[in-house]
Amino acid sequence: MQDMQSLKEEVLQKLAEAKTLKEVNELKVLYMSKKGPVNSLNMMLKDLEGEEKKNFGKNLNELKVCLEENFKEKITKLEQEEIDKKLKAESIDITLPATKIKHGAPNILEKIIEEVESVFMSMGYDVVDGPEIEEDHYNFELLNIPKGHPARDAQDTFYVKDEDYLLRSQTSPVQARVMLSSGGDKPIRMICPGKTYRRDADDATHSHQFMQIEGLLVDKNVSLSDLKGTFDVIAKHLFGEDCETRFRPSYYQFTEPSVETDISCFACKGKGCSLCKNTGWITVSGAGIVHPNVLRNCGYDPEVWTGFAFGFGAERLAMLKYGINDIRTFYQTDLREVENFDRREEE
Amino acid sequence: MISLNWVKDYVDLTSEDLKDLAVKITKAGVNVEKVVDNHINNLVIGKIVSCEAHPNSDHLKICMVDVGDETIQIVCGAPNAREGIKVIVALPGAILPGDFEIKVGKIRDVLSNGMLCALFELGIEEKTPENYEKGIHEVEDEVKVGTDANLYLKTDDVLYELDVHKHRNNDCYYHLGFAYEVACILNKKVVLPEITHQEIKENVNDHIKVVVETDDCPYYLAKMVKDVVIKESPEFIKKRLISAGMRPINNVVDISNYVMLEFGQPLHFFDKDLLGNKIVVRKAHENETIKTLDGQERNLKSCDIVITDGEKPVCIAGIMGGENTEVLPTTKNILIESAIFDAVSIRNTASRLNLKSEASIRYGKGLNFEYTNMAIERACHLLEKYADATILSGIVLYDKVDKKEKWVEFTTDEINKILGIKITDDDVKIELGRLDFTYEYNKGKFKTLIPRRRLDIDANINDIAEEIGRLYGYHNLVSTLPIGETRQGKYIGDVKIRKETSKRLRALGLNECKTYTLVSPEMVKLFKYENKENVILPNPMSLDKSIVRTSILPSLLQVYEYNTARNVKDINIYEIAKTYDKDFKEDMKVAMLMKGNYLTNDWHNNSMSVDFYLIKGVVENLLDYLGYKNRYSFVKAKINDLHPGISAKILVDKEEVGIIGKVHPSLKKEAIYLTEISLTKLYQKSIKPIKFKSASKYPEIVKDMAFIVDNEIDSETIKNVIKKEGGRVLSDVEVFDLYPNISEGKKSIAYKLTFKDEAKTLVDEEVMEVFKRITNKVVSSLNAVLRDK
Repeated sequence: MQDMQSLKEEVLQKLAEAKTLKEVNELKVLYMSKKGPVNSLNMMLKDLEGEEKKNFGKNLNELKVCLEENFKEKITKLEQEEIDKKLKAESIDITLPATKIKHGAPNILEKIIEEVESVFMSMGYDVVDGPEIEEDHYNFELLNIPKGHPARDAQDTFYVKDEDYLLRSQTSPVQARVMLSSGGDKPIRMICPGKTYRRDADDATHSHQFMQIEGLLVDKNVSLSDLKGTFDVIAKHLFGEDCETRFRPSYYQFTEPSVETDISCFACKGKGCSLCKNTGWITVSGAGIVHPNVLRNCGYDPEVWTGFAFGFGAERLAMLKYGINDIRTFYQTDLREVENFDRREEE
Repeated sequence: MISLNWVKDYVDLTSEDLKDLAVKITKAGVNVEKVVDNHINNLVIGKIVSCEAHPNSDHLKICMVDVGDETIQIVCGAPNAREGIKVIVALPGAILPGDFEIKVGKIRDVLSNGMLCALFELGIEEKTPENYEKGIHEVEDEVKVGTDANLYLKTDDVLYELDVHKHRNNDCYYHLGFAYEVACILNKKVVLPEITHQEIKENVNDHIKVVVETDDCPYYLAKMVKDVVIKESPEFIKKRLISAGMRPINNVVDISNYVMLEFGQPLHFFDKDLLGNKIVVRKAHENETIKTLDGQERNLKSCDIVITDGEKPVCIAGIMGGENTEVLPTTKNILIESAIFDAVSIRNTASRLNLKSEASIRYGKGLNFEYTNMAIERACHLLEKYADATILSGIVLYDKVDKKEKWVEFTTDEINKILGIKITDDDVKIELGRLDFTYEYNKGKFKTLIPRRRLDIDANINDIAEEIGRLYGYHNLVSTLPIGETRQGKYIGDVKIRKETSKRLRALGLNECKTYTLVSPEMVKLFKYENKENVILPNPMSLDKSIVRTSILPSLLQVYEYNTARNVKDINIYEIAKTYDKDFKEDMKVAMLMKGNYLTNDWHNNSMSVDFYLIKGVVENLLDYLGYKNRYSFVKAKINDLHPGISAKILVDKEEVGIIGKVHPSLKKEAIYLTEISLTKLYQKSIKPIKFKSASKYPEIVKDMAFIVDNEIDSETIKNVIKKEGGRVLSDVEVFDLYPNISEGKKSIAYKLTFKDEAKTLVDEEVMEVFKRITNKVVSSLNAVLRDK
């Protein structure tokens, strides 16, 4: 029978030499099992008595605790080494390319339209759409443009059937439809972004199909100054807080007075540059006070009701805002160009 | 183009800065696009003191030119350059028309300090071969050397190029009308042109009878002059015509044009001796012909208005005269026509004959009969003065013109309300005075008369508000916001489903396209899956945009081709658009096209390419999002231009709402998948509100089963049998494994079944019982064999 001290040294020696968990576990079975050398020492207890027995028991217990702790320590160490090794083996080059998740970009015109919509909806304007194949009656007659009027020549129209049905040349017929369906006794706030068509040959600045964003407000006591204030809101939203606005007299058949609305040139801050043709101003829309004839035609009494209407060209807004110089860009969808538009923008 | 020298005849412009004036005019509503100053700096009168041949040229000459304070050397190529003549010299720094700046330079090694000028080089004459032949301009000997050549040339005019809005192109298109606008801006008065002239006793009515047989000519005047002397026009007439872009011809023709540019009223001069004694204004006979002044034979239609001599046409009214009565250098006696024709009719005829003359443009805008009267008198005045004409007394008059006066009653308050400003009655009086509008004022009420020259103004308050507003200055408006009830704006009707669809498809990685509604006949033939006829435009601009589409898919295929040609490999696109059939029935659709990778990671071998099941997944995701979960199905179908084995109809609530499939390999060999769904049809199907459903508290039991069945039996059929048999406790069935052709004509298909009871914990025996029932049913009803584990 080995004495405690030599047994302890032997176990600690072997434990120190062990390199794997397997070896350690084998040692543990070899020395620490019930019939192993450590527990065998218990048998010596029965031959001892009194103080000697007490001391031997105490020493033996200490030996057991010591060896258990050493085994535990060694196992923990080896386990940690194993985990470290595994983690090291699993380590990757995190700079390798990500899996590309495709961007879903809006059409650039739709992006501009959605921005305009959000501003007007927050001011209580509904977003309405109407038919693209429209009746002459709504597209022209109700809007104070009777047959034979020169304004019709300027809006060279695609007729689809005789002179009665056409591809709408403006989104204004939607105004007429909304007014008629509102029954002439309720205020109206609406915008209508939509496709329009005119007989223009397609080139960098002309398109036979284009988009207008039409707006209409009908209420009591509406003035041109209210239109100016409303235009300020949208201009500042689209082109920045420091954007200034200006009205100039103009002419449209369905508004009177009519104005052209300019914004201060954001490229040169009004100093004059090629974008604003050295005027410091850029025209972005046409607008005006709804012509009394139009109100009357659409069931609103012009003695009681007034209103203003405005129309933006979505292409023009987008071309200005994003520096696009070919109108065909919007209708070609070159994916290399549009993917960049799938992102948020600062307010 | 408006000549400011000309305007000065009617409004005092002394001490006005014409550039500032242009800005003021623009602010008030008539756009001056460009101010052209004829004045050329560094242009002097010189005298050639010596002239020698250039050593390196057979035609150039070296001239020493006395320009007053010095004598300079100038190389000149004109054949008439010679010692002793006085010339116009452009010194370095002079900028000639066409932005041509004169600089010191060497011409074939000889120093040249300027240029000797021909009139066409100064923009005074037209650049014609004859004028080129004339060489440099020889100045009369009495003109002093060293003086400013602008004084000699009278190139002191300033021209405005106008962009006249449609409503103001009646009155600002001619000089007198523009003068009224200028007078209004500057608060000055207009002086009318001189129209007085002598008349002899002989009366025009004894020489000509006028009969008008059409309503399209409400006003017709004629006067006659005798013994005109045809010669060159005086300098000022020629200059003014040139500045307006018209070519001087002779005094008589020039006067008719001059009066037109002055009053906006086109005149027509007939050679009275060729015309005869009768004028009949009528509609043309169908296919009647006339040879017009430009030598062309014109074929007329019954909608055209013609002036005839009682038999044959002598003029297409308002558009162009006939050769048969043209004023020629031999002409002695002239009949002057000043008339009003129906504007629409003139526009239509001019556009059909492609004959947009200066006259037809003006007739097309509409005319004011007061100026029809004045113009004919003015022409007589000028013919007397510059063509030695003798004027016959009397006037031939046909008069059915509407002479109703336009009066508007209004108050200042009404104007203020429209404009959102605060002006007083006195302010309004000042503005009306500036506008030269006659008015009455009585206890706060205005009544004003719209002058006839302002054809653009209608008799309503808004029109008056506009006139006052533009003078008040829109730049002075203070921004306010409309008061009145405000609520959150909404998407009305089917706009919302369109927006939601877009939102989801973008989130799923599809890019939005916008293509043309009008397509070509070839495109219309593609993917025709509905029984719809197309709207074909009666007058398309071109064949490739001649038909209103009923499907967006062909357009998306074009976008695919466009991008493929630019080497874009992965194409995931969609478009939402309204389509129309022959009855103009609207169908808003969403179309998608997918090709290439959906997810890409090549180095990692972890890309996901688009296939039928992926685009089907996109459609299901969309339909779930739009609220149609568990309400749709896909039914295999043969669809034009789609792969017959990989195409299906999409049904929602058993109604066909769209199609899905792979492009037929004979159309495109690449694997392209597409789908099109009618949002109009979806929108008509109501959806349920969202409700919270708590997750089951009881555990699920999952069981697998696999069958060997005929290849032709589709998975959905088996699934439906399983679901029906599984009943309430079967909460989910999914295919998780598939071996096609495991044996001759057979496939193996495996399903994962999830069992769940919302009310209690299921026990295995319970589930096994249902499981057995299901397998037995599938085996018996579908001729399947259950595969062992």
